[in-house]
Amino acid sequence: MKTIIQNINKAFDHRIRLGIMSILMVNESADFNMLKELLGVTDGNLASHTKALEAENYIQIEKQFIGKKPNTKYSASKDGKKAFSAHIDALEKLISKT
Amino acid sequence: MENEKYLNDISEIKNMMNQSSRFISLSGLSGVLAGIYSLVGAWFAYKTIYFDTTTIGNYKNLIISESAVIKLFIIAASVLILSIITGIVLSVRKASKTEDKVWNVSSKRLVINFGIPLATGGFFILFLIEKEILSLVAPLTLIFYGLACVNASKYTLGDVRYLGLTMIFLGLLSTWFLGYGLLFWALGFGVCHILYGSVMYFKYDRN
Repeated sequence: MKTIIQNINKAFDHRIRLGIMSILMVNESADFNMLKELLGVTDGNLASHTKALEAENYIQIEKQFIGKKPNTKYSASKDGKKAFSAHIDALEKLISKT
Repeated sequence: MENEKYLNDISEIKNMMNQSSRFISLSGLSGVLAGIYSLVGAWFAYKTIYFDTTTIGNYKNLIISESAVIKLFIIAASVLILSIITGIVLSVRKASKTEDKVWNVSSKRLVINFGIPLATGGFFILFLIEKEILSLVAPLTLIFYGLACVNASKYTLGDVRYLGLTMIFLGLLSTWFLGYGLLFWALGFGVCHILYGSVMYFKYDRN
């Protein structure tokens, strides 16, 4: 039981960070507005959560310009995908235990 | 207590993965209505082809006058346009109920992936009509529409896949029974749309 709980990743222990990772697992990339719409959060809130995930090296951020508008693209890194899969496995095991 | 949180997490993950990769505001009702338009269209087409006084020939060898061809084209175009408008209107309605946006990344992806096989088939069939190979038009519309549905099913409700497979099967079958194209056409675009549309309606829309 203890080892399973160790696999529960603190970085994903928040609804919004969980949402960001879920979206990036099934999409090659997502831009800021797409994440904002899907998750229903404010700009500042989303920015702080993406920063937290970036600090863990779980997501990659790519800034570019589309015309004159800045556009930020997010994608899951290899480490991020691995860590998130392990997190899902741990969640499933914890649920099936009871 | 803890368990409930983990369960919530899992359902949130599933929900976000689905919402971000599939367009789920598609309404089953639009399928049913498209099917009804197709049946009505097929009825008019039937009357145009087989009761038109300028038409000579039988099931196997049809000779259609130019005015009848134009009439058929207008019928087909009206069915198509009505179906698309209904699809859009009902999707907008369904999306506004759940407060989702209709024109987003997932609906764009759906339209593109549905459109590629469909446009390919459309141009191919137009070339065939130009070369007056009319017997293959009905089977090929069914086959290409089926392929478009199978391709699009990855980006919307999964049931569309089975609609597509049925259409492909009907298309191949009608290649065997050349000359009965209109019948297969009504069966595929009419009956199948109504059938799968109502299944999807009762599965996803009713609540």
